[in-house]
Amino acid sequence: MQPERRAGELLVDAQNLSIRYADHVALDRVDLAVHAGEIVTVIGPNGAGKTSLIRAVLGLIAPSTGAIRRRPGLKVGYVPQGLHIDDSLPLTIRRFLGLAAPEATRRVGEALAEVGAERVVDSPVQAISGGEMKRVLLARALLRDPDLLALDEPTSGVDVTGQAELYRLIQTIRDRRGCGVLLVSHNLHVVMAATDQVLCLNRHVCCRGQPEAVSRHPEYLALFGPHLATTLAVYTHEHDHRHGPSGEPIVLGGPGKGEDRGHSHG
Amino acid sequence: MDDFILRALVAGLGFASVAGPLGCFVVWRRMAYFGSALAHGAILGVALGFLFELSLYAGVLFVCVTLALALVALERQRGLTSDTLLGLLAHGALAFGLIAVSFLETVRVDLMAYLFGDILAVTIADIVWIYAGGALVLALLALLWRGLLAATVDADLARVEGVPVDRVRLLFLLMIAVVIAVSMKIVGVLLVVSLLIIPAATARRFSATPEQMAALASVAGALAVGLGLWASLRFDVPAGPAIVAAATGLFFLSLPVPGTRLRG
Repeated sequence: MQPERRAGELLVDAQNLSIRYADHVALDRVDLAVHAGEIVTVIGPNGAGKTSLIRAVLGLIAPSTGAIRRRPGLKVGYVPQGLHIDDSLPLTIRRFLGLAAPEATRRVGEALAEVGAERVVDSPVQAISGGEMKRVLLARALLRDPDLLALDEPTSGVDVTGQAELYRLIQTIRDRRGCGVLLVSHNLHVVMAATDQVLCLNRHVCCRGQPEAVSRHPEYLALFGPHLATTLAVYTHEHDHRHGPSGEPIVLGGPGKGEDRGHSHG
Repeated sequence: MDDFILRALVAGLGFASVAGPLGCFVVWRRMAYFGSALAHGAILGVALGFLFELSLYAGVLFVCVTLALALVALERQRGLTSDTLLGLLAHGALAFGLIAVSFLETVRVDLMAYLFGDILAVTIADIVWIYAGGALVLALLALLWRGLLAATVDADLARVEGVPVDRVRLLFLLMIAVVIAVSMKIVGVLLVVSLLIIPAATARRFSATPEQMAALASVAGALAVGLGLWASLRFDVPAGPAIVAAATGLFFLSLPVPGTRLRG
């Protein structure tokens, strides 16, 4: 069922992207590229323009200057931060997921199984927990069989254990489907273990690179303070592994051995 | 059964069946105030209809559609909420409407009939307007159902998934305009919003899916029309308010039903 995706293919390429509103600049000359099989994490403080960036990539707002090129026929799965669905609307998760595409209803069970949320299929959308909703939203994005997954704060409002599980799930999805992942997070010091590239945003791009490199970058340290910043490195330890045939992590080396990445998508 | 009662019943039931599903979307999208605002403007449409010797339906339809389009255009301006813009448009249109009516000295305009409806005086021509407008709205609703539902749940998500959200929303606003125009004879423009939202509210607690709620809202609306007409004849009270009172009564009667789930 999966269409062939060329590994490393350029999915989305934003160049010199600026977004200006009447009274302020939300984004200032940002470059961003996401390739197939790659996980790009955008971090930054509140008001850094993360949401503007993801909305521009999704085509929800037009950039003031700069250009966004999407691979022709690119299918994007969008996981919004959260939804507020009015209590007056009787809607089960099954129906909610069926809205993803005209033929989606038949594949709802499959998609929920992939994110581990089969239990809630007949629950009303208003009755499930925040963590379950994140998984359901992920399932809805997967129903479109996306080339690119765009996630806006996928772990906000989820406890620490739940966050780790969600990150693992996103990684598994990337490994299995080979899609590109663009992830936006205000969580400054927890970057998903499998992130290939971190973009540290504060209206302009402060710094970018592999997680360890960013965590040592002076601009990153200046932005978040050395105290907060150190914790980024803790989580990136998990980056030093690759995945065996069934997805189990294989540790490659101890923390801090920066250069030899387990994930190569070239 | 007398002819006029039969005509009233046919007109009322036709209207209720359209108001059910459309009213559900008004409730889900929290647009009751939008409906009221358009209805305020309808009085200007009545006056224009008289001034230009047009069908009053055409006049009301013209004003309601214009107001809906004006709202969409004004919403692009930043700085004011659509709530404020609605109030501005609605009361502006109402004021101009009342001034326009004052010019119609030679014509005796029975404003009450348009404000509160005159369902017992419904003609065959009225029924044609109601059924033509109603059929158009139901056909559009059926065609747009998935997209409109997706946009109601979350506009951004729907947009990313390829739903033409702005076009769907515009068509939805125009559908409300049509329904308000054809409601004039039934409950009148002042009470029309009640027939959109009360049956939907009544249907909510008995429904597990959006489609169930839409169908049950039509049933609740039809019951209210029947009850209201009966009460109007039996107790000699005005029919339009009697229908709305019946709808309200049904809502409160539906409340303490044990064993039903509040949510889907």
